[in-house]
Parts: sequence; structure tokens; C-alpha cells
Amino acid sequence: MKTPRPLWNPYAAGVALGLVLLASFVLTGRGLGASGAYKHVEAAVLHAANPTWTEENANVAAFFSEPRRSSLDDWIVWLTLGSALGGAVAVFTGRRFKVETVYGPRSSLEVRFALAVLGGVLSGFAAQLARGCTSGQGLTGGAQLSVGSWVFLFSVFGGAYGLAWFVRRQWI
Amino acid sequence: MSGPLSVVLRFSHATEMLVALLVGFGFGFVLERAGFGRADRLAAIFYGRDFRVMRVMFTAIVTAMLGLYFFDLVGFLPLASIGVLDTYLWPHFLGGLLLGAGFIIGGYCPGTSVVAAVSGKIDAVLFMFGIAVGSGVFTLAWDDLAPLANSSARGRLLLQDLFGVPSGIMVFAVTLFAVGAFVLVARIEAAVRKAYPVQPAATPGPKAEGTSPLATEATTP
Repeated sequence: MKTPRPLWNPYAAGVALGLVLLASFVLTGRGLGASGAYKHVEAAVLHAANPTWTEENANVAAFFSEPRRSSLDDWIVWLTLGSALGGAVAVFTGRRFKVETVYGPRSSLEVRFALAVLGGVLSGFAAQLARGCTSGQGLTGGAQLSVGSWVFLFSVFGGAYGLAWFVRRQWI
Repeated sequence: MSGPLSVVLRFSHATEMLVALLVGFGFGFVLERAGFGRADRLAAIFYGRDFRVMRVMFTAIVTAMLGLYFFDLVGFLPLASIGVLDTYLWPHFLGGLLLGAGFIIGGYCPGTSVVAAVSGKIDAVLFMFGIAVGSGVFTLAWDDLAPLANSSARGRLLLQDLFGVPSGIMVFAVTLFAVGAFVLVARIEAAVRKAYPVQPAATPGPKAEGTSPLATEATTP
């Protein structure tokens, strides 16, 4: 098996990530993001189930304001598709692609699966409450020096450090 | 130029979506090369073992901030012409805590899980499914949650407004803060490595799935 290529130096990767974000500001006036794409997907599912209710729900109504266009034909959805594509190209050229489940030596597959779903549910809810995730709120607003984004960044670290001890067996 | 290219050149919807796809491509590519496609590497920061994630994150914020405020200064891209994020104190505080909880419990955040999923990580696919469910729960409960989600709104509030300093000073202070953080975490890593030496080769784990990349990469600067 070919050995994976090394990762980038973290500071170099940080500069590259910052330049992508800056390019996004210059090109589109928007930052980066991800959680918005999940919101569009769940809204599309709810819309398929009950169009009227979903169109009247103030949380997602704006997605359906353009009836001639699919609610999924949106900037953040395309951006996230691009992220998947870019990540795939990077992982294959870096020879790091591997189908596996990642967890520490003291955990088990079942626990990892359950906690992955639970963590996802919490994150999906949290990203809506915070109007963005680590990228859409943390990175984007952090670089803009938005107060809310910095509050968010510190509390992400606070929340994770606060719980780290309780779930340590999953990771270390 | 006095605004984003999409406004100045009046991009069509299709062009704008294509640009979003390309920006996303760069985003995903860099995240993977930064090492964000594995849950254990992301979680390592919360055990003091490897602060790679924080180094990448803060360097990215500082890089983009310097560019953004420089472009604002020279009038190339005025800050007022882009979507500056509004502040909602309680939602940002509580949402941050919850997202941090989701991060350490699930191992990812919404963006990194996309990159991990295309890297073949099954846990990331499950995490993504969870995000859609959690987001859906929020939408379903919107009527009850709206008062909280819209509370403590402060509009466009920037750090320099809060501290009452010129933006240049604030940019400088944030840069210093990041550099200080880099120095601090290097010391923490050294201390943790001394107190809890990782035995990479000694305990490869009973199953290949459980092996951690941290052991071999803990020495990365």
C-alpha cells in the first residue's frame, strides 16, 4: 500500500484557508460555511412532506421565496458540494482515502456510532441557534471581528473542553 | 472597485453558484490537507495532545482579517459592502457551547464532517445525518425557539466598537492574541507529552480501526 503523503504545516494550511476565505469575501461578499447546506436539505425534506407548513415557517420560508428555482439551488449548497469535491480530490491525491471508523483504543464501534449521531444532532441544532457553525460563524465572523462570532468561538472551545473529560474513553 | 465582484460585475445566478462551487472546492481541499478529515485528530486538541486544529483556525482568521481590513482601508472592498455577521449574544453563547459539545461527542463540526465523509470515514457520514436531524428539529420547533434565537440582538457589533479602539489597533491586538495562543499551546503540548507519553508503537490497538494518528503526529510543530 502506498504511504499517505504528509499533511501541510498547520500555519501554511491556515494561511491557505485564510486566503480561500478572503477570496470568498472578494468574489461573493460572503464568507465560508457548511451548516446552511444541511438546513437547506432538511427544509427540502420538510417541504416535500408539507409544502404549505414549510413555506409558512419563518425559519426556512426564505428558501422557498423563489418558486421557479429549487430551494437547493443556493449558494451554500453549491459551496458545500464544492467542499466535498475539493476534499475528495485532496484525500485521493494525498493517498489518505480509507473506509474506516475513527475512535480511540478504549472505545467500541457501537459507542462510536451512537455518539457520532448524537454529536451530529447537537451540532445541527446548535448551528441553527448560533446562525452558523465553526466555518460560517467562527471563521467568517471571526475574521470580520464580529463580537458574536468571538463569543461563539470561545464558547465552542468552552463547551468541548468542559465535556472532554466525560467522553475521553472515546478518543484517548 | 467598491464591493464584491459578484455585485460589481452583476453575476448571474449561474455564475454566482459556479463561483460558490469553486470557493467550496478550495475550502474542502485545504481542510483535508490541514488534516481535518479525521475525528481523532480534531478531538486531540481537547486533550492537550495536538493543537493543530487551533493553529490552522487562528492562522486562517488572522490571514483573512488582515486581508479584509487592508481591503477596507484602501477602499478596494469596504467592510460595509459585504455581509458582516450580526451579534446575538445569548444565541451565540449557547449555540457555541452546544456546538462544542457536539464536537467532542461526535468528533466533527458540520464542515469537517463533509471532508471526513469523502475521506471514507463512516462516523462522519453518521454525524452528517445527525446534523440534518438536529437542524430539522430546530426548524420544527421554530415557533418555540424564535424568542431565544432572536434575543439579545446587537446588530452589527465589531470588537473595535466594543472596546472603543480604532480598527487598526483591534486587528493588531487579535494578531498578538493569536501569536500568544500559539506560544502557549506549544508549552501545553510539551507538558502533556511529558506527563502522558504517547506510546505509538507499543500500543497499536487491537484493531486497525482504533489506531490513532496522534501518536505519530504529536511532534508536528
